[in-house]
Amino acid sequence: MKKSVLLGALTVAGLAAGAAAAGTLDDVKARGKLNCGVTTGLVGFAAPDANGEWKGFDVAVCRAVAAAVLNDPTAVEFVPTTGKTRFTALASGEIDMLARNTTWTFSRDVDLKFTFVGVNYYDGQGFMVPKALGVTSAKELDGATVCIQTGTTTELNLADFFRANNISYEPVPIETNAEGQQQYLAGACDTYTTDASGLAATRATFENPGDHVLLPEIISKEPLGPLVRHGDDEWGDVVRWTLNALITAEELGVTSTNINEMAANTTNPEVARLLGTEGTLGEMLGLDAEWSKRAIAAEGNYGEVFAKNIGEETPIGLARGLNAQWTNGGLIYSPPFR
Amino acid sequence: MTTLTDPPQGSFHLSMLINDTRYRSMTFQVIAFILLSLSVGYLYSNLAANLQAQGLRIDFSFLGAPAGYDINQRLIEYTSQSTNARAAIVGILNTLLVAFLACLMATVFGVFAGVLRLSNNWLVSKIMAFYVEIFRNIPVLIWILIIYGIMTVSMPGARPYLGENPEREMLFGMFAFTNRGVYSPAPIWGEGSMVVVAVFILSIIGTIGYRRYATNLLYKTGQLLPMGWPSLVILFVPTIAIFLLMGQPIGLDLPDPLANRFNLRGGIQIGAPLIAIWFALSIYTGAFIAENVRAGIQAVSRGQTEAASALGLRSGRVMSLVVLPQALRVIIPPLISQYLNITKNSSLAILVGYADVTATLGGITLNQTGRAIECVVLMMLFYLTISLLISAVMNVYNNSVKLKER
Repeated sequence: MKKSVLLGALTVAGLAAGAAAAGTLDDVKARGKLNCGVTTGLVGFAAPDANGEWKGFDVAVCRAVAAAVLNDPTAVEFVPTTGKTRFTALASGEIDMLARNTTWTFSRDVDLKFTFVGVNYYDGQGFMVPKALGVTSAKELDGATVCIQTGTTTELNLADFFRANNISYEPVPIETNAEGQQQYLAGACDTYTTDASGLAATRATFENPGDHVLLPEIISKEPLGPLVRHGDDEWGDVVRWTLNALITAEELGVTSTNINEMAANTTNPEVARLLGTEGTLGEMLGLDAEWSKRAIAAEGNYGEVFAKNIGEETPIGLARGLNAQWTNGGLIYSPPFR
Repeated sequence: MTTLTDPPQGSFHLSMLINDTRYRSMTFQVIAFILLSLSVGYLYSNLAANLQAQGLRIDFSFLGAPAGYDINQRLIEYTSQSTNARAAIVGILNTLLVAFLACLMATVFGVFAGVLRLSNNWLVSKIMAFYVEIFRNIPVLIWILIIYGIMTVSMPGARPYLGENPEREMLFGMFAFTNRGVYSPAPIWGEGSMVVVAVFILSIIGTIGYRRYATNLLYKTGQLLPMGWPSLVILFVPTIAIFLLMGQPIGLDLPDPLANRFNLRGGIQIGAPLIAIWFALSIYTGAFIAENVRAGIQAVSRGQTEAASALGLRSGRVMSLVVLPQALRVIIPPLISQYLNITKNSSLAILVGYADVTATLGGITLNQTGRAIECVVLMMLFYLTISLLISAVMNVYNNSVKLKER
């Protein structure tokens, strides 16, 4: 009995490692579908809409990559992952890339052998409490019961924050955001903590969002971005430069509506290189010349994706803040297309 | 016809390994063993090679590193600065705690429902049949979620109990029932409290001694001593007397509604996840045990019951003195596997956030360190060890109740 379990585990591990060895770009092209890991459901970032179609900020990255590689933004198989299953899914080759508001950390990069291709959202961990509690600062949370998604960096930040401030708390570990929401609303925990963007997204789905406040403290740095496995740099480059293309497009004013016009009439050599009318950047990536044009046309440039899914016009209502272009005083900055 | 010829003493042929019954089973076992070893060896080398290719290796040093996360339910001292190994031990103890509690309660439920299912009262037996069929035919996972969901939604939070003029009064001023758990008073062991405890233990021994003496007296001389009230007197009077004489050394630490604005402080808190998993495992496995008990009772021949009734025993006594002791022989072996099921099913505790070993070592530690293979191997070893231990202990018990053959 024990042996068969061990065999099973070893087989899975063996197959997993075997699958990881081949070139992901070729695999994806041969399969005709991109397997993209996303959350199990966080409105604004990745969640199926009323028609069962995945929508969101992270989803847009998957669609852009699919458009660039497969010439079809809908050729994506979305694989919902929890905080716990996401890394195994990626390491085992079950998914080709992970776009699941995942924090870029040293140990995930170095020890778990993943390559973060960039940052698509600069976030920080915050707390949400019911307004009725009258709490105005996270430092007043001494003795509180805290709902926390297990297997995340936020779990460790939380322990550090309370230790540093010498106050106590009771953690309630939960698996998914939906579960956290349920526990929080039932009063089984006093406060819910996760990335501030996630809290805003969660609060937007409440019946009375106004009854809940986000505390001012941001207790950690959470640079969120898509990631791929170590050791397949060609594939890493494809995902990295697809993300950079979206960012550069916003910087250069290329949008999903004016992209064809820009490609035809531009005099700006940077735009021409970005859209493949000049130079051989696509070829260097192992793709065709129009790869980035398709990626941008899929869901729009970075700014459009942001505004459409989580921006101030949406129920989630996040300001650009740190996620503004560097030209507007933010941190969003792409290396040049050259 | 009746003479036996000696087996041919010929030379050994290779084909005899297959054709000769003396060697055949051995041959197949050796072949199977070699194949098994080869496949295990292949898988292991495959794993090692692939890990090597990814630059990963099996390494247990993460166990000594600080865990970095907190655990809400712990039986031993633990902070976020404790090691991963200690977090694993906290988880192991929590697993053992819930397994122990659930085994006890499932046995109670099971025996109760199993006996009552055979009741002559139509309503009682049908209710028990309903219980058994409903609970054992719906997966335990769903029961855990249902029970936890009901607790979370139907019970109040901690806040209504807090403050100077709370919305809700604590039961007897001591117990609070919230969706975070049940708060109850904790004993404070003052000076001299150990004397009281010692007296109480002596009283228990004294009670057992008295009952044994009374039983022996009954068997030897037929003289019947009262059992009920003297037992209670021996059990409680000396303890209460010494408790009062020593000046009440054991106090109560009541849950304090004023100490904190979020939660009750002090006393003992039994977390909602523990209650949910405990109750769900008990009631689910209890349904299976009920069927074991019913089978055991029905295996005792009807003549035994009739003979006992003919001797004038009341039906309760028939059950406890004649039927159940014989039924145990049939009940115990499947009961062992039910206990093993409870222990293994307790790994579902992760669902409701109970920090068992699957949640700490196999969940958070695995996740934060990324050491999946190491953590899973350790967990497998733990569950295997504990299952074999339970099995061994129960087998000892089984040997003590099984039919003595001479």
